[in-house]
Parts: sequence; C-alpha cells; structure tokens
Amino acid sequence: MSTVTTASADRDDRSAGGGRPATNGHGGRPRFGRGIRSNERIAGWLFVAPVIVLLGVFFLAPIIMAFWVSLTDWQGQGSPFKSGVPFVGGDNYTRLFTEDGLARRDFMTSIRNNLYYVAIVVPVQTVLALGLALLVNNRMLKGKSFFRTAFYFPSVTSSVAISVVFLFMFANSGAINGILSFFGIDGPAWFSDARGLIHLILGVVGVDNPPQALSSGGPLGLTWWDWLSGPSVAMCAIMALVIWTTSGTFMLMFLAALQSVPVALDEASELDGASRWQRLRYVTLPLLKPTMFLVLTLGLIGTWQVFDQIYVMSQGNPAKTTLTPAFLSYRTAFKDFDYGRGAAISFVLFLIIVVLTLAQRWVMRDRDEPRRRFRWLR
Amino acid sequence: MATLTEAKRRRHGGMVNTVVGYAVLIFFALVFIYPFVIQLANSFKSEPDAAANPLSPVPHPVTTDSFARLLDGDFPLWLGNSVLVAVVVTVGRVFLDSLAGYALARLRFGGRKAIFATIVAIMAVPGVVLFIPKFLVLNQLGIYDTYTALILPLLVDAAGVFIMKQFFESIPLSLEEAARIDGAGVFRTFWSVVLPSARPALITLTILSFQGTWNEFPHTLVAVQDPSLFTLPRGVANLVSGALGSGTQYPLKLGAALLATIPVAIIFAIFQRYFVRGATEGAEKG
Repeated sequence: MSTVTTASADRDDRSAGGGRPATNGHGGRPRFGRGIRSNERIAGWLFVAPVIVLLGVFFLAPIIMAFWVSLTDWQGQGSPFKSGVPFVGGDNYTRLFTEDGLARRDFMTSIRNNLYYVAIVVPVQTVLALGLALLVNNRMLKGKSFFRTAFYFPSVTSSVAISVVFLFMFANSGAINGILSFFGIDGPAWFSDARGLIHLILGVVGVDNPPQALSSGGPLGLTWWDWLSGPSVAMCAIMALVIWTTSGTFMLMFLAALQSVPVALDEASELDGASRWQRLRYVTLPLLKPTMFLVLTLGLIGTWQVFDQIYVMSQGNPAKTTLTPAFLSYRTAFKDFDYGRGAAISFVLFLIIVVLTLAQRWVMRDRDEPRRRFRWLR
Repeated sequence: MATLTEAKRRRHGGMVNTVVGYAVLIFFALVFIYPFVIQLANSFKSEPDAAANPLSPVPHPVTTDSFARLLDGDFPLWLGNSVLVAVVVTVGRVFLDSLAGYALARLRFGGRKAIFATIVAIMAVPGVVLFIPKFLVLNQLGIYDTYTALILPLLVDAAGVFIMKQFFESIPLSLEEAARIDGAGVFRTFWSVVLPSARPALITLTILSFQGTWNEFPHTLVAVQDPSLFTLPRGVANLVSGALGSGTQYPLKLGAALLATIPVAIIFAIFQRYFVRGATEGAEKG
C-alpha cells in the first residue's frame, strides 16, 4: 500500500468526522517530503505504544483470560492456565440459568434486585435532574451558580466517603429517622429491613401471606411472590444515596442543552399566550429529546454497575435483598473462591450492558447533530 | 397554582412562581448540602453526642478526639498511598494520553483508525466486569499486592486519549506546520509547540484524572490486600466493615470520610468550570 493513498484516505475520514466540508480536507495541509512522512509513521507508533501496551495488558488480555476462567473450575490456587485446572465448558453459565440450586437462586435474586433498582433510580434521577435544570435555568434567578454548585458537588466526591455519611444518616436512631419521627412516623431499621416495598403495600391492604398461586412456583428458581417483592427497605436507602449523587451530573447535561435553546423561541411562544406548562411541553421538551435519551441510557448503563455503595453499606444484606450482579460476581470470586462462576456472572452482566449500549446507539443513530452541542470547546 | 384562575395568574403568577421556584431550589440545596454539614459536625462530636443528636449541626462538646485517633492509626499511611497513587497516575495519564491523542489526531501512520476504534470500544467496557480479569492478570504477572498493581493498570485511560484526540483536532494546524518546516522533530513539535497550546484540555484531564484516581475504590479491592498498601477509599471502607472493634464509632468514620473528601472539594472549589466541562464532555462520549 502506498503512503499517499493511506494518508489521503485518513484525511478524508477526518474531515468527514469533524463535520468540515470535504473540499477543505485536501487543501489544509502542505505535503511533507518522504523523509518526514516516514518519521511520522515511526513517531505515530511510538506515541501510541505506551497506551496500546497498557490497555492491551490490563484490558484486552484480562478479558480473554477471564473468559477462559469462566469455562473452568479454578479455585484461586496457582495459575488458571496450568493443565491441572478442570475445564467445565459452559457449566458455570448453565448453573446461572438452567440448573436449580443456590447459584441460580442467588443470581436471579441479584437480577431481581437490580431490576427494581434500575426501575426506580433511572426515572427518579432523570426527572429530578430535569426539574432542577429547568429551575436553575430561569433567566431571572439569582444565585444560579450557587445552586448549580450545590447540586453538582455530591457527584464529584468519593462514593465510599459519601456512603459512610448515608450509613450514619440512615442508622436506626439517625438523622433520617429523626426527621421522620418529627412527622410522627416511626422509621424502619433501614439496613436490617429485608421487607420488599410491594410486599409492604400488599400488607397494608391485608395480603400478609402469599397466595398459593404465587408462592408455589415461578420462573428461574424464584417464586412469583419473590419476583414481585419490590425493592427492600434497605435497597431504598441505597437508591436514595445514588439518586442524590448522580442527579447533579445529569442536571448539568440538561442545563447545557437548555442553554442552547434560543431565548427568542421561548419569548415568542410566551407572547403568543402559551402558558408556562405549554411552553415546557411543546417547546422546551422536544428540544431536549436527544439529551433525554442520553441521560436515560447513561443512567441505564450506570445503574447496572452499582457496586461501591453496596460494598460499603450492605454487602448484599439483609437477606440478599441488596445483592446485585456486580457485587455477586465479586463475592463469588473473592469470598467463595469460585472464580469460574464469578467470571461467568460478570460476562452475563457485560452482555446486559452491551445490549443496553447498542440499544442506545440504535436509538441515537440519527441524532448526531444535536449532540454536537456538547462538543467541549463550544 | 393549578386552582388559580387565568386572571389571577396573570396578576400574581410571576411573583408566586418566583417564590415557589426559590422555595423548591432552597429545599433541594438543603437536601444536597446538609449531609456534608452532618458529616462535618458529627466528626467533631463525641460518640454519645453523635448518637443522641445526629441532626444537630453544632457539636456539644466539640472534640477533635476522632482526628487524633485517626492520626494515631493507619490513616496517615493511607493518605500517603492515596497521594502517591493519585499523583503518579495523574502525571502518567496526562502525558501518555496526550501523546496518544496527538498521534491519533495528527500523525499519519498505518493502523491508526483501528487503534482509535479499539480505544472507543474499550471506553464502552463497563468497569465492574473487569474486577476478576484485572485480578487474574495482576496475579499472573506476579505483581498482585504491590504498588505497581495499584498504579500501572490505571496509568492510561481510553477516555483521556479520546478527550485529547478531540481537542487536538480542534486546534489550528498553522503553528505545528511552522515548527515542522523550521525542522523541529515530531516530539519537539508536540512538546514545545502543541502541548503549551493545549492548556485547557490538559487542565481538564489533570483534574478528572486526579479526582477519578483519588476516589477509585474497586481497583484497590482487586489489586492489593495488604493494609499497608490501602488508599483512603479502601481504608475508609475497611473501617466501616468492622475493623474498629466495639461500638459504631461514627465520629471516627465520618472524620475519615471527611478528610478523604477535602482534597477533591478544594480542587472542585478552584476549578469548578473544568469539572463542568468534563461532565458535558462525558455526555459527548456517551
């Protein structure tokens, strides 16, 4: 392959990617002599070499190694690549899905917990972030930067440190229960309360014991009654923490999008007599649609990865109701020394997240133009 | 407000909206800030006081007992480890990420597109699925439970390369061309002409790297187990999981969490706009 064709092909690609007119792509740069060109080739490889080596050794190779381990019964002794390690094929995966037993029950419980967690955290943090962004974006607001800072600051702090603070606030006689008792509510013992929210609501209307139809069977190793538990009280405390820490970042994304909504558009619709709600519904929200998709999918991807908070606050307890796939894979490998099954769990989780990411790409495929607004030197 | 008639709303709407708007904002500002007040106040309380009045912002009596105990224990060691890891990783990332970012943006060499595609793919790999893989490779290389294990895997990050590539593509070519025509080599051009003009991007990357490494927790969990190699998040997590013996000892834990938060808080206060830029840049790469 000649250097000249590679170079011009690359340059075409670059000008297309940067959104510049294709005709400028060729005229922008003087042609260097052959010596400089080969210099560039060597320098290019030297410049990327450290990144390639480190990412190769600590990202790509480990993923392949872990896939191998997920097909074995390695218990952590010696090297997993020696001949003595038993090869079990897809057993670690089938134990998660088709064989009845503790492995599947724990895995499905973690999936259930994470599903409820996603179903509550994603909508709540999105609505909260959007609401705060709309309020902060008010043209007349004084102290705008104070509010923005206040809402964003939790996002930049250490997840471990902030988990400690919330552990203290949700303690039995802690701040949250203190506030609840002010309103005459007897707060629960948050982190030892495994009761599910849906079960609690059913209890209020008198359904204390599971109906026979729900408790006698169900899919994938859990009864219908277990699937329909709702998030436990303990999980609610963790969800509160996560919503509190992530809303600020998403608020900033909405804010960046709102600031690119032309003021004239808003004013014009105001003069036309549109109410505040109508302006929000028919002018602002449609313009925020790309950001909304982005926040929702980033939220989806992020919520399937919850780990730090679980590790610090509950370790999957009480009664496994805060177990998530990420924490279960860690625990299975590093506490139960069943590295094969731990790795299998993380590959299933990987698959879930990849599917969600691809779904995002697919939904966003025609929306490249608005996303450019986030380009970082606007 | 929905019950107001249209006429009333015309008259009062603006003011009512403003008052309600401020009330909601102040309520949420309290919700977002008060946990830090609780953290600060309770780390200066005695244990019975913290247990009895967790909400009170005023310690009674004020005691620095928990900090004295922290300084007596392993805390200074964790702090030192955190500083070491965060500084080395930040310097490494800023240098190596911008080298690679520059090459991918400006230098023409075979395989460039494939490398960039791989880096974008790596950015999409969720961190939590890498716990076991990372442990396996550190174990295999014989560096598990060493400073090398804490630092080396964090030394470059795909997102940083991506950010720098985007930036280098956005600055004009003319400066570099002048330098190259004057006969400066590729590295000379990069080091003394391109990098100085990349200051805003370098500051953003420095801050994001420092904050990310300072707060990093799961990596330490799979890289080391010796308490003398713990960084602050790992040490604080260890305090919580019962390394303290009797009692809840919340003032001590909150004090440790507070000290672990302060450096990032200071950097945030000074460089807030770079954090904001980083967050919206995150939106771009998603």
